[in-house]
Amino acid sequence: MTPTTRLCALALTSSLMAVPALAQSVNLYTTREPGLLNPVLESFTKDTGIKVNAVFLKDGLQERVKAEGSNSPADVMLMVDVGQIDAAAAAGVTQPVSSATVDKIVPKQLRGADNNWVTLTQRARVVIVSKERVKQDSIGYEDLADPKWKGKLCIRAGQHPYNNAFFAAYLAHYGAEKTEAFLKGVKANTARKPGGGDREVARDIQSGQCDIGLINTYYIGLMSQAKNEQKGWYDAIKPLKSSFKDGGTHVNVSAAAIAKHAPNKENAVKLIEYMLSEKAQTLYADGNFEFPVNPDVKESAAVKLLGTITPDRIPLSDIAKNRKAAADLVDKVGFDN
Amino acid sequence: MRRPPRLWRPSTRFAYAAGLGAALVAMPIVALALLALSPQAASIWPHLAANVIPRALGQTVLLLIGVGGVCGVIGVATAWLVTQYEFPGRRALEWLLVLPLAVPTYITAYIYVEVMGFQGPLQSALRALTGWRSLREYWFPDPRNLPGAILILSLVLYPYVYLSVRALFGVQGATIMEAARTLGASGRTRFWRIALPMARPALAAGLTLALLETLNDIGASEYLGVQSLTLSIYTTWLNRNSLAGAAQIACVMLLLVVGLILLEARLRGQRRFALPVRQPRAAGRLRLQGRQAALAALACALPVVFGAIVPLGFLIGQVWMRDLLGQIDAALLRQLANALLLALAATLCVVGLGLSIVVALRLGRESWLGLLARIASLGYAVPGTVLALGVLAPLAALDNLVADAARAWFGLATGLILIGSGAALVIAYTARFLSIAVTGVQSGYARVSNRIDDAARMLGAGTPELLRRIHGPMIRPAIAAAGLLVFVDCLKELPATLLLRPLNVETLATIVYGHASRGAFEDGALAALLIVLAGLYPVFVLARASGGRD
Repeated sequence: MTPTTRLCALALTSSLMAVPALAQSVNLYTTREPGLLNPVLESFTKDTGIKVNAVFLKDGLQERVKAEGSNSPADVMLMVDVGQIDAAAAAGVTQPVSSATVDKIVPKQLRGADNNWVTLTQRARVVIVSKERVKQDSIGYEDLADPKWKGKLCIRAGQHPYNNAFFAAYLAHYGAEKTEAFLKGVKANTARKPGGGDREVARDIQSGQCDIGLINTYYIGLMSQAKNEQKGWYDAIKPLKSSFKDGGTHVNVSAAAIAKHAPNKENAVKLIEYMLSEKAQTLYADGNFEFPVNPDVKESAAVKLLGTITPDRIPLSDIAKNRKAAADLVDKVGFDN
Repeated sequence: MRRPPRLWRPSTRFAYAAGLGAALVAMPIVALALLALSPQAASIWPHLAANVIPRALGQTVLLLIGVGGVCGVIGVATAWLVTQYEFPGRRALEWLLVLPLAVPTYITAYIYVEVMGFQGPLQSALRALTGWRSLREYWFPDPRNLPGAILILSLVLYPYVYLSVRALFGVQGATIMEAARTLGASGRTRFWRIALPMARPALAAGLTLALLETLNDIGASEYLGVQSLTLSIYTTWLNRNSLAGAAQIACVMLLLVVGLILLEARLRGQRRFALPVRQPRAAGRLRLQGRQAALAALACALPVVFGAIVPLGFLIGQVWMRDLLGQIDAALLRQLANALLLALAATLCVVGLGLSIVVALRLGRESWLGLLARIASLGYAVPGTVLALGVLAPLAALDNLVADAARAWFGLATGLILIGSGAALVIAYTARFLSIAVTGVQSGYARVSNRIDDAARMLGAGTPELLRRIHGPMIRPAIAAAGLLVFVDCLKELPATLLLRPLNVETLATIVYGHASRGAFEDGALAALLIVLAGLYPVFVLARASGGRD
């Protein structure tokens, strides 16, 4: 063999990388970034001896599991948006999680229909304002459309899943007509085209481009810990106590489900139970400043930073249902244009 | 000598391989079309047609026009300068001009938003100088809009135009250009009347690659807030949970691509600039003096500075300031190896199939072979995730078939062989990048006159001999160049990699993405730097190999 052919052979064979060994393991498909999960997964392996094989997928997790069908190696699916996990359940790629432990820890409204998915943590979407220029401590989401914020509001794209879920919740509260008016009002208030990420909202408040914006709570936590310029963004903002006027704070979840054809179902249940344990919840929720679902975790990092929140009363499944309608309205009013 | 049976002649064998290549690309596209036509799709079409597509189409067309214009100007101007004139720094600039190709567009976009941002070095310096404190007191350009996206994408993509046009100016046109100069044509006349018309096919080929990249870009345009067709494919798929609707938009986009490719074919026209049989040589260059020399050097240096040096400097700065070298560990090296091996495997497949297609076209002149080549070029235009989704369904079905059969007949648990092994990913890369190899090798073959074939055959050479001894040496540079481009593209590829990689496999691109999706892109600076560095060497070789050497 010439060196070239040898190299070719090497490349081709090593692209056939070994399939993970099957002894005592559990396979995790996740849309959550691995850096945030690894500490919990490592601790799980240490405590139980079960190895976790993981793949981080951004979009298309559901499609992949569905296509892989009855031979899919997926055991546990972990997603960071209620709409996504609910869609996976609706697509029939999950199976009910049957575990007394899970039922005891997670309230029913934080589980999918027939226990097809289970909430692990919650995060809130709140209003932040400039510490310097805005003097108020609480706000109703409805006021984001108030013309007094004209040219002062920054927000990421209306089609982004975080805003999509928020608008879907608004729809559940107020119906299509009022939501459309709300979207138009918010759009009219924007200081710049909707886009970028949540942290950029804080950055643009610091720079003076805007005074008010929407952000997921864990970003506030992560910025507060940052050792770089993001600390400056954090110092410039103030989170407001935010809620719907007739409800509570909009929350979204990170949630887990068991794949329909899970080859290691027992281990899958073990992993989910473990992630709900006090120890893991502290590790997992605090690592990303999310609100633990296990009530035994009293002093979470998120609560220390932001105080307790009262989640909105709209069931998560309703938010999931309204997602498409919310996306249509965003297009209709040209929110992202 | 007995001729081998018709079905196993060399020319037929290449046609089989060409068919395989076209089938690989056609597979996801057919899957896409079927999805777009599915019954659940009908309900969403009116909404898309009324609210989504007109706007997205308009933005996309503007983006394409902008990127096409800027890339065309930068690419042609720099190629003209480095091939026709001699000025200080020309030798270095000649290959430096290719470097931006090694930086993924999403990384460049991120870096420019940082650099031009409120706390970036520019605005900070401005505030320090003026005493201003807030953006309310001054205006500063913001790259997060359509013009910003046009400039940033062009900075990364102009080398496609530069490479193909320079090859033409440097070698092919040398004799003609020298004749024109002897006859007293001024620089301006030579450029507008001779070089540019002659470069039209090369310009069209380069622009097509740049525009197809623009069309399926998602990372940069999303980050810069451009509502492109590709982005609306994603939102339709994910927010409306309508893969069918997404497939419809993808089909609209595909029509746009077919339009682009037809336009290219038209621009290329029936012109053939086959060279004289003798080895061409580069033209002598005019030496520029004083201000003119400085201007030429500046014009060639600017794209390099903004396209490669600023991004590289930023990444190195981040790695240095954040002390990220500590991240180098066994895991990172494994990811580097993963990225390199996957890219290498895919490159071999792509070049092999691409070469087969072009050779089949050369040997047999059946019109359906031309169609195969066209089909094989479509994959490049389909957004990565959409292509990956299209690859996923058929391959997973095949995997399941094999797994079920193995269990039923042999009691073996094989798992999903293609998806579980990464082979699916290699197939996706192949479908995506096959067009680069086809275009590249084709342009190499365009230089090989048919008269050479006739001469060789008359002297008794059979097909294998013709290919091995005559064509091989002549098109080797084109093959190498295409291979390197594919390799770099595979290294940068993100969406298909994210969707199709097996358990526990990360590549550099997925690591960068992981950090970025956590909102901490800076932590991924080392992996991003490694992608760029891993791409620099091939790009460097490419610049040397395809250039007009003296």
